[in-house]
Amino acid sequence: MKYNWDWGILFSAPYMDWLISGLGWTISVALAAWVIAFSVGSIVGVARTVPNRAIRAIGTAYVELFRNIPLLVQMFLWYFVLPEMVPDDVGRWLKREMPNPEYFSAVICLGLYTASRVAEQVRAGIEAISTGLSSAGYAAGLSTTQVYLHVLLPISYRQIVLPLTNEFLTIFKNSSLALTIGLLELTAQSQQVSEYTFQSFEAFTAATVIYVAVAAVVTLIMHKLEHLMYVPGFIGTGDK
Amino acid sequence: MMFKKIGVLALGLSAACLTLEASATEYFGTLKKINDSGTIMVGHRESSVPFSYLNEAQEPIGYSIDLCIQVVDEVSQVLGKKVNVEYVPINGKTRIPLLANGSIDIECGSTTNNLTRQKQIDYAHTTFITGTKLLVRKDSGINEVEDLEGKSIALAQGTTNERAIKKIAQEKGITVKILSVKDHAQGFLALKTDRVDAYSTDDILLYGLISKAKNPQDYEVTGRFLSYDPYALMVRQDDSAFRLVVNRRLSALFRSGEINSIYSKWFDNMNVPMSDMLQTAIQIQTFPQ
Amino acid sequence: MFGDLDFQVVVDSLPLLWEGLQLSFALMILAVVGGMIAGTGLALMRLSGNRLLSGLAATYVNLIRSVPLILVIFWFYFLIPLVIGRPIGGFYSALIAFVLFEAAYYCEIMRAGIQSVSQGQVSSGKASGLNYWQIQRYIVLPQAFRNMVPILITQAIILFQDTSLVFVVSLRDFMTASSIVADTHGRLIEMYLFAALVYFLICFSGSFFVKRLKKEIAR
Repeated sequence: MKYNWDWGILFSAPYMDWLISGLGWTISVALAAWVIAFSVGSIVGVARTVPNRAIRAIGTAYVELFRNIPLLVQMFLWYFVLPEMVPDDVGRWLKREMPNPEYFSAVICLGLYTASRVAEQVRAGIEAISTGLSSAGYAAGLSTTQVYLHVLLPISYRQIVLPLTNEFLTIFKNSSLALTIGLLELTAQSQQVSEYTFQSFEAFTAATVIYVAVAAVVTLIMHKLEHLMYVPGFIGTGDK
Repeated sequence: MMFKKIGVLALGLSAACLTLEASATEYFGTLKKINDSGTIMVGHRESSVPFSYLNEAQEPIGYSIDLCIQVVDEVSQVLGKKVNVEYVPINGKTRIPLLANGSIDIECGSTTNNLTRQKQIDYAHTTFITGTKLLVRKDSGINEVEDLEGKSIALAQGTTNERAIKKIAQEKGITVKILSVKDHAQGFLALKTDRVDAYSTDDILLYGLISKAKNPQDYEVTGRFLSYDPYALMVRQDDSAFRLVVNRRLSALFRSGEINSIYSKWFDNMNVPMSDMLQTAIQIQTFPQ
Repeated sequence: MFGDLDFQVVVDSLPLLWEGLQLSFALMILAVVGGMIAGTGLALMRLSGNRLLSGLAATYVNLIRSVPLILVIFWFYFLIPLVIGRPIGGFYSALIAFVLFEAAYYCEIMRAGIQSVSQGQVSSGKASGLNYWQIQRYIVLPQAFRNMVPILITQAIILFQDTSLVFVVSLRDFMTASSIVADTHGRLIEMYLFAALVYFLICFSGSFFVKRLKKEIAR
């Protein structure tokens, strides 16, 4: 194989700036999407465990809908299709006047998709808690909302720290799909560096190392956190 | 394989004999690859009208594709056997890596010959000459690149036009929002769906896009030429034997005048007669046998 | 724009979409088979007790699970032909990327499955004079596979959805075919809604089947 290695390229202008800006977008998409995924996912997850049948059905429908369509298709639906299906002036706002449509489409798409996965974790967390606890809550005069807020959710979240960490890392990785709608995140920037410099190995290696490093740091922090949040008497569900 | 053995045998017998044997049967580089596999991998675009694009049946057609079919015929003659053609879809970002890594043997698209790219790949003869312009809606009020101030434009990733527009915008201090798209079809779509105010690529490709639009009267190509883009088929670097085969057929087409009928087939219905510049270029590249 | 929907474009492009769908399925099936074989190998390495082997396997799994699939596809599409010196075509590049990527996920599934087989059975295997690989082959793996069938199918459904990512290298699967038609005919709504519907029906039936299977196994 004929190949001229040049690792210096990664640290020279403007390529290093491109990679840093790519990482910036990747992190900012992942964090914003996580806020949506966590809040919507918690609501849907709770909805799947409440006594009311209709609410449970809505929760189930949400999870099945978002889990059974490829993320890439969902990305295109949000970015390409949605603006064409709403009234013209709203569509125009979505495409033109809204600052950075690519970013917001990616965030909403990733957030709502991952919410369906978070919901499953939250549900599993709640279902793992013995019914005795909620019965005790009701007996103490708490309403259903109070039982969830003060008994079920606090325990369940603390048990699913590691599965939720995995979901966060999944968002972080899946943010690379935003490149298909023109957002220049980390993977896209590494491809651009490879295209401008023809040093593909170096460019892709740089992106790979950055992804691995971020994943390692996040995993390390969350392991520490799980340890701190361990509930005596309950077994954490994360085994890794 | 058998020929190789004969070659080795010849080496044992006499050096002079080897040279004769080798020139008749041994190939190197791309020709060897095509000879061994019996297949030539042809890279094509999906929406570079009328050079290299997909027809209704989603098969690649166009001016560059026709030229490549001629080249394949020449390769078949050189190798003395029929060569199969396998089409590989490429875009602005993938064409050079895929050519360099051997996934395609020749690129039949709409690629500008420039010196930066020549560091990685080689070009055959120039087959078309164009340059960067803007495609806008007729009522947009955009006439020149300067009018883009405060507006938005779509640019295809990995094209010379992308770099040209970015450079001009930077030099002239024009604030324009840039949307990166994958290919010309997606760029035109961004304009059609009112996502951007303009799409920019080579003048001729813009006319090609309009010619395939449902309501062509709504769009126009505008402004001065913002770059000079001579098109050529791309081949792998340091493979003069293969490039010679390609150029020999191109020169033959230029010499016989056959190039005119191929040109007419694709450009007449777009009302784009062959420019004086291209006629001159073709004349210059009509090398004697 | 909403007023002039024309689903005729979907009907007209059905032959192309069908070809794309076949490619998607072919990619999924081959990647599932390849990924499962490689993943089982990795799982056995991780559980072998040999520190070098299990360390290598663990590193591989953690590395692959930390990077996006798109990046893995780029690696193989652009760089593998350079390394091995000859092209292997878009389909095989993508297939290898999927196999190596999925292997990491199947490894974790298989590892859990193997660990679900009770230690007593392994001991009795040892007592009857079987070596490590024989115990795995005749006692542990058959049971592990049976316990794992639902989750293996679930992973296959995820993989089927992931095959749509070959879009980034223009390989003409169902998604790429839909997008070509959408772009060239300017029919975004019709094509992408149809693509979503087809994927949903396939994946939903798949997960429905898994639910039935789980009940069956639990009984």
